[in-house]
Amino acid sequence: MSVVVEAKRLSRTFGGLAAVDAVSLDLRLGEVHAVIGTNGAGKSTLVNLLSGELPLTSGEIRFGDDDITGWSQPRRARAGIGRSYQRTTIFDSFSVLENCRLSAQAALQRPWQVWQSAQRCAGSREVAAQALQAAGLADRADRIAGTLSHGQKRQLEIAMCLATKPRVLLLDEPLAGMGAEETERMLALLQSLKAGHAILLIEHDMDAVFRIADRITVMVNGAVIASDAPQRIREHPQVVTAYLGEAHS
Amino acid sequence: MVIAWSRWLPLVAPLALLLALALLPAVLSPYLMDLTVKILISAIFALSLQLLVGTTGLVSLGHAAFLGIGAYVTVLASPQGEGASLWWLLPAAMAGAAAYALFVGALSLRTRGVYFIMVTLAFAQMAYFVFHDTRLGGGSDGIYLYVRPVLRLGDTTLLDLENKRQVYGLVLASLAFTWGLLALLLRSRFGHALQGIRVNEARMRAVGFRTYGYKLAAFVIAGALAGLAGALFAIQDGVVNPELLSWHESGAVLLMIILGGLGPLRGAIVGAVAFTLLKELFASEGLVGPLAAHWQMTLGFTIIAFVALLPRGIVGIRLRRGAA
Amino acid sequence: MTVANAPLVEIDGLHAGYGDSRVLHGVSFTLPAGSALGLLGRNGMGKTTLIRTLMGYLRPTAGRVRWQGRDVTGWPPERIARLGVGYVPEGRGIFPNLSVRENLLMAARASADGQWPWPMERVLETFPRLGERLAHGGQQLSGGEQQMLAIGRALMTSPQLLILDEATEGLAPLVVAEIWRVIAQIRAGGISTLIVDRNVRRVLEHADQAVVLEKGRIVCAAASSTLADDPAALARWLGV
Repeated sequence: MSVVVEAKRLSRTFGGLAAVDAVSLDLRLGEVHAVIGTNGAGKSTLVNLLSGELPLTSGEIRFGDDDITGWSQPRRARAGIGRSYQRTTIFDSFSVLENCRLSAQAALQRPWQVWQSAQRCAGSREVAAQALQAAGLADRADRIAGTLSHGQKRQLEIAMCLATKPRVLLLDEPLAGMGAEETERMLALLQSLKAGHAILLIEHDMDAVFRIADRITVMVNGAVIASDAPQRIREHPQVVTAYLGEAHS
Repeated sequence: MVIAWSRWLPLVAPLALLLALALLPAVLSPYLMDLTVKILISAIFALSLQLLVGTTGLVSLGHAAFLGIGAYVTVLASPQGEGASLWWLLPAAMAGAAAYALFVGALSLRTRGVYFIMVTLAFAQMAYFVFHDTRLGGGSDGIYLYVRPVLRLGDTTLLDLENKRQVYGLVLASLAFTWGLLALLLRSRFGHALQGIRVNEARMRAVGFRTYGYKLAAFVIAGALAGLAGALFAIQDGVVNPELLSWHESGAVLLMIILGGLGPLRGAIVGAVAFTLLKELFASEGLVGPLAAHWQMTLGFTIIAFVALLPRGIVGIRLRRGAA
Repeated sequence: MTVANAPLVEIDGLHAGYGDSRVLHGVSFTLPAGSALGLLGRNGMGKTTLIRTLMGYLRPTAGRVRWQGRDVTGWPPERIARLGVGYVPEGRGIFPNLSVRENLLMAARASADGQWPWPMERVLETFPRLGERLAHGGQQLSGGEQQMLAIGRALMTSPQLLILDEATEGLAPLVVAEIWRVIAQIRAGGISTLIVDRNVRRVLEHADQAVVLEKGRIVCAAASSTLADDPAALARWLGV
């Protein structure tokens, strides 16, 4: 599988504290790479470094053939790196369709063409419809986003991400606060997305992670302590210690 | 029938209003016509701020700077002896305001929230003191527009702005232009992007919009339109003074759109009308007697009451008829 | 209106969440007076939400919280604290702009029946390092000292229940050992404790019973000794 994103020794320090400490990982097409870790491990900071919301203190990120280390977030997004947020970050007052249409508009902005109606913009509407279909929200297109249930809002997060036609998906706790049924639906969605994308998944739900991840990286206090296939991670001594405390005798 | 009505209303209502306003001079006394012109110009000013605050979510407390610059450019660029040509004078006033808006915007849009509000105020104060303390604008007394501009095409005079009715016509046309332009912008991709920035800027950046550029464009357009309002004030009054750039003016126009309703274009117009009429009402002895001397207090209380009772402004009042 | 012989804390069918998200799905357990309960579970499973609901920071959507038999569901945090709950939050929450002495004194009060089991002298005896730094500002303390200050401050409110949320997080091993020693001392003094900590072995050593949360539900509730002897269960619910 081709490597789409390669992150080399990413570090982010605040004052003397390293929130992310020399983390290297890569994302491959067709694969879900899960990142798990204990409290305060730096997982969300890692996503912010990859998406471009936070600048790196040191390290390098390559996306395909490009060195994107200095690229702004909008630039990375247009290049194909999409993200969803841990706390739902949608346009509450707009309709579900408009949420996706606006996201799709980012790819064909042409803001100087002011005589054209945004609502009738065929290009963005079509992409939005496809994204909603993929995320399972097609029948709720006209509802105001703020009135959706929590699980549906999380689905919309993903749909908005898809509307930008990304190659890479950085998903920050997409299952947060979901009941069993919604979790199933979301997992099915993520499974269907594997084929065309390289997915980074931050999650706490171990059952879900083990069902869907192809590789798992474990972070503690900002550094990677293990990165391997799921089954081997389970038995990794350092991982066991990190989660359970000192080894039982 | 009902469905057809609601679709065409957004287009028919403004046109009907435009027509009514065009016919108004026939029945108004000179004093009332003056007042109406003042309201119309305030509406343009309020519309320009609505683009910034109601659409893009950028609360500026220094918008009067662009109003004042538009007014001063109009007066300073007019030759002493004869009327300047409106063809270039109006665009020049707007360009002057837009230029300062570009400067202020480029610097202040690096900040957010409360800091942005303070920085815009600071830049407006800076401009205020340039006109107040230097000889550029005749100091605190202001300067006179001796001869009003004219609009000529070849040998024919299309508009002679010494004529009050023709000033009214120009102002009404400018309001129609401003409304039309903003309505078009809001409908476009650009306008939708601005609203997205207001609702959730983080998400806009995450999907790929370079939000700084959009905000700067909105800031400059708003500044240019405020400059248009300023030019019209100069033409109407024939005199400009630094108080046009004061924070009182910036505060007043912000109050107008809050009163009328943040967001919709008609909110700016309703707010400008309401604010100006209330001010007139509370300052006229004939109507409120001895309270007239304290019109700022009565106006203040009224605005507080409005904002407390109508958080979405006047246009937010919903008229319920049966089922919602 | 406390009921005689009622447990100190009773959580009954608690459902809670933030906005529309649901985090707790019907959590129930009891904490008898004078005992210690370990609250275990991986991140994101609901431990902090449970504590916040107990403390009154979050209103449950269903279920009851009872203190000595009395229904205190939905009470604001100040009232819950005055019942005799000392909360040592994750991240310590000390006031950086106040001195150590001021941090300790600011909420000091006698217990509901007028006792002062933990006056300043006793707190400083337990945490000598704080005694050496009484005049220092909160932000000048090291992580370990801040943690001790947070515990000391809670003790000065003469609590019947002490809630410790991740009290050893980010601290050096020696400091961690000292904190556990202090926890044992507090327990010996008769104060009930509710402990959340990453170190499962230590929690089981210092608690009478333990409860494991998984996706907002209790999947395991047993005496600590029972749980300690079941590594398979521990690995399943707490491991990876």
